Amino acid sequence: MTHLPLYQQLLDSCAALLLLLSFAMLSQRRVVALVNLYAVQGAVLAATTLLLAWRTGEDHLYVSAALTLALKVMLLPWLLHRLIRRLQVHRDTEPLLNVSGIMLVGLVIVVFAFSLAQPITRLASTATRSAIGIALAVVLLAFLMMITRRKAVSQVMGFLSMENGVLFGAMSASYGMPMIVELGIALDVLVAVLVLGVFFFQIRERFDSLDLHHLESLKEHQ
Amino acid sequence: MHRLVHPVAAPFPMLLIGCVGLLLGWTVIGLAGLVRPRSVVLAGRLLFPLGALLGLALALLAGASLLGGGIERLILPIGLPNLPMHLRLDPLSSIFLLLLGASSFGISLFAGGYFRVGEGTAPGLLCLQYHLFLAAMGLVLIADDAYSFLVAWEVMALASYFLVTTQHRIAEIRRAGFIYLLMAHVGAICLLLCFGVLQGGSWHFTFHAMRSAHLSLGWATVAFALALLGFGAKAGLVPLHVWLPEAHPAAPSPVSALMSGVMLKTAVYGMLRVGLDLLGRPVWWWGLAPLILGLFTIVYGVLFAAVQTDMKRLLAYSSVENIGMVFTGIGLTIVFAGSGLKVFAALALLATLYHCLNHAFMKSLLFLGTGSVLHATGERNLGRLGGLIHRMPWVAWLTLIGTLAIAGLPPLNGFVSEWLLLQSFLFTGHLPHAFVNLLIPMAMALVVLGAALAGYVMVKFYGVIFLGQPREAALARAQDCGWLERIGLTWLALGCVALGLFPLQVIRALGAVTQQLVGAVVPQSSSHWWLLAPVPERSVSYAPLVFLTATLAVVLMTVLAVRLAYRQRERRGPAWDCGAGNLTARMQDTAEGFGQPIRHLFQPFFQIERELPEPTDRAPRYRVVVRERIWRLMYEPISGAVEGLANTAARLQQGRISVYLLYSFLTLLVLLAVALIR
Amino acid sequence: MNAIDWITQVLEVVVAVAAAPAFLGWLNQCRAWLQNRRAPSLWLPYRNLHKLFHKEAVIAASASPLFRIAPYVVFGTMVVAAAIIPSMSTRLPLVGSADAIALVGLFAAARMFMTLAAMDVGTAFGTLGARREMMVGFLAEPALLMVIFVASQISSSTALPVITDHLASGHLGLSPGLAFSAVAFILVLLAENARIPVDNPATHLELTMIHEAMLLEYSARHLALMEWAAQLKLFNYACIGFALFLPWGVARAHIGPMGLAVAIPALAIKLAVAGAALALIETVSAKMRVMRIPEFLATAFLFAVLGLLVHVLLKA
Repeated sequence: MTHLPLYQQLLDSCAALLLLLSFAMLSQRRVVALVNLYAVQGAVLAATTLLLAWRTGEDHLYVSAALTLALKVMLLPWLLHRLIRRLQVHRDTEPLLNVSGIMLVGLVIVVFAFSLAQPITRLASTATRSAIGIALAVVLLAFLMMITRRKAVSQVMGFLSMENGVLFGAMSASYGMPMIVELGIALDVLVAVLVLGVFFFQIRERFDSLDLHHLESLKEHQ
Repeated sequence: MHRLVHPVAAPFPMLLIGCVGLLLGWTVIGLAGLVRPRSVVLAGRLLFPLGALLGLALALLAGASLLGGGIERLILPIGLPNLPMHLRLDPLSSIFLLLLGASSFGISLFAGGYFRVGEGTAPGLLCLQYHLFLAAMGLVLIADDAYSFLVAWEVMALASYFLVTTQHRIAEIRRAGFIYLLMAHVGAICLLLCFGVLQGGSWHFTFHAMRSAHLSLGWATVAFALALLGFGAKAGLVPLHVWLPEAHPAAPSPVSALMSGVMLKTAVYGMLRVGLDLLGRPVWWWGLAPLILGLFTIVYGVLFAAVQTDMKRLLAYSSVENIGMVFTGIGLTIVFAGSGLKVFAALALLATLYHCLNHAFMKSLLFLGTGSVLHATGERNLGRLGGLIHRMPWVAWLTLIGTLAIAGLPPLNGFVSEWLLLQSFLFTGHLPHAFVNLLIPMAMALVVLGAALAGYVMVKFYGVIFLGQPREAALARAQDCGWLERIGLTWLALGCVALGLFPLQVIRALGAVTQQLVGAVVPQSSSHWWLLAPVPERSVSYAPLVFLTATLAVVLMTVLAVRLAYRQRERRGPAWDCGAGNLTARMQDTAEGFGQPIRHLFQPFFQIERELPEPTDRAPRYRVVVRERIWRLMYEPISGAVEGLANTAARLQQGRISVYLLYSFLTLLVLLAVALIR
Repeated sequence: MNAIDWITQVLEVVVAVAAAPAFLGWLNQCRAWLQNRRAPSLWLPYRNLHKLFHKEAVIAASASPLFRIAPYVVFGTMVVAAAIIPSMSTRLPLVGSADAIALVGLFAAARMFMTLAAMDVGTAFGTLGARREMMVGFLAEPALLMVIFVASQISSSTALPVITDHLASGHLGLSPGLAFSAVAFILVLLAENARIPVDNPATHLELTMIHEAMLLEYSARHLALMEWAAQLKLFNYACIGFALFLPWGVARAHIGPMGLAVAIPALAIKLAVAGAALALIETVSAKMRVMRIPEFLATAFLFAVLGLLVHVLLKA
């Protein structure tokens, strides 16, 4: 057994926790629980950033951690909870594929992501090199979640989770992105959620439902 | 590419001559059946038990050869001129001869009591086919050149074909026989081509020549693939398994037992012989093919077993699952052996061989058990059985041992081979191939899922046949089996128990085989004779005897404690009927009902036809038929293509003799032209 | 192997057999408190067992000997299982004879006998319970095995004491693979012990029951043994959980016989916490539909597989 230093073990654990949360989101039917899981994922991400900041001593990572905490653990979940209360969607309908099937596909995706990340991992010299595969897997799993859900809210959750994966990947590869990019992304996400919130109301007003298959009727009939 | 260790050949092939003598003995017994073909007494009471004794003798000879660990060779001047028959007895042959002899002892004894008058083929003729089948399997195992191997292989296929179609007056059985023969021949063609490749340009078809042939990687891979196809078709590897669920229910039960318990193992023998012996040191990625096919076969077989309603079909699919286990083991062995990890390869090979032995005993036991049930009730449909433990205690209790064993429960034998297989899987972290390391957890998950599902299948099998209340009134007249059948069943059950309780002794005996095939033995880190601890660098161990003793002690102590502390008042009463009264046997779960969760969960696997009764139906009948999609996805297109091709070729058939002569003439001309050009 | 090891071995079995009903009693108490009900006594399970042992046994007319053997076999296997789980010490003489795979096999054997006995009488309830139990089992069993394999990959052994020893020795810290398998293990524990999201131990409603349906025909001492075995099973599962995920406090080889003085209170504390946690889970979740159970267990199984995968991946 290799004896990894403590911070490395902590990082690995955080990475695994992120993946675990991604799978938990994939298997979760209730929208409220989905938001909570998202908040936890944000918290883990913040913890990881903090850990890296402490390890590398780079100041901007502290800021990034604080930003993540404020935005992803507090603000966005709060917004989403409010949205859900007002829209009264608590439960997604049956996903397009049953949960076991989705999980199985997810498993294959993880293997795929890791095989893909293998060559990159060998090149990377940063402390978090084993995490690149996980970041990729988180992104792909979020994608999978967006594909398999019907309700618009769950799809947005997938989108947000994907952004978490991207951020984590960036951190694993190069200790985070430049500050300005990170700020921009954070703003983007915030705006996206606000816009999508408005969008939800519009959809519901139009179709009396948030089920996205109603949008299929918008296509032109030949 | 050659094996470094060549055990010195014994000067005089005594054991091998003994084996040949026993095989001849079987043939003579078979011919003796023709003296009075209609006599059940001659065949049943004399010839079959005699054949059983020969089987026991064969097992002893093979055991002696295995412990000696030597190699014996013999060349018999039989056959075509300049093509003598090469025979060889080495540890690999010995272990499979042991399997053949030991399980055929039980099966033949049972068969002596089983065959009766008026069942299609006359008993005398059946006796001939049966013993020819046995002798041919024996010859397959000791053949040392492709020629005698293939002759024996074909005799085996033909003899078993005639045995399958014993009740040839039933169209369905003839159809089953036809599918079997067809698949057997597809397999045989692959083997023919495989040996053709293996001779590697030397045009010598002895196995010795093949071992020393130098094949390029491409040709070696082709040979391996052909062997996998050929032997896979015989063993029942998905998708070549289709004959199994047809032929096993059609054949008489002792024949099913022999086919499932022993004949499938000759295919495993062939695979090991070609893959690990004739081809020299294998390339590691060859192993992925049997590994993946084996894993798929496990899950496929066990899922279909779970939804069957015919008890022998259920067992046939269970055989498919077990063959999947064996091929998984073979695949793992090849991956290890090709990567140079000899000890791990030996462990995986050990698991494979152990599972073959186990399966020979437990599956034969179960098939014979269903045979007794079939004789007593005339019923193969699970929906019309039930409660037979009261009427047929011998069959029921002995079958219970087989059931528990095949479900992989400690301390019986099924558990040991699963344990060994899982241990060898746990090693794969050492492999130098990153991608395979990723696949292994999934493979392991499939193996344990298959093992757990086997438990489901076996609860269904046993519970529906033997437990509960009889579903038909006729079952109340069922009789327990006769004494010859009891001895046969008991022998096989004892085999299951012994293989479960003394794994260490079996593994020691198998050491010679692993030494021969992968050049290593599994080290034994423990000095105790009862403790199985195959892996020195990992502290893993298993001691079934201690385990059993502890459990028995606790159970006995509990019984005694309850006896002493409390008064044993007890009475019999009717079963709880929820106050509704009028509880009938038809209210029990049926076999269809028991398989429902699996049918529901794995729906995409099956092609299901359901017939639901109307709500107002006075005599409602629920019917559900589960078919394999593979027929439509694979076999129907193939048979369609073949038929189309045949129709095209049929245009040649003109019916006029002069046209046919023209064909011959043209052929002759073309051949002459070719000869001229060369 | 010296005398102290044998004493520990016997002590462990005796404690398991004796404390198992109390653990269930504690769980029920916690649940009652959480649900604002008055809690039953901690000793209620003992009184129940005592009462059942005294009663006259009624055996269905159509029952075979298998029906009467099964309770003893099921109870016996659970006791042997308790002997090979290192709940107090990792130096157990019996442990060499059966590793974790054999332990899972032992649980499977108990399940097999229980389902066969349930089918033996031939009532609709018995067979229905047996079918559902096997449906739970065929996914829970491999899931448990995969959970154990994660730990055994880390410590390169399938023997539970070695795993516990290795994990407790601390130089490993946190292992990502174990996080996954811990989640999977909790799901399996709930399913295997007929706890709430999967089965309701308090109900006899035919639409939902699994475990109770199998025991409907049992009475008196046979029922007592079956119930005791179920309590032991819960206790054993909790101890497997401690051995894999909370290995601290167990007496280990180099700690010596004095370790027991720490191990027993440690076990008591862990059990108390685990009982409360289980009660909490049961309180906040609702019983699910029967055909949802495979999905629940498939999730557990896949989590365990994922745990193994993550372990292999992060190690590479």
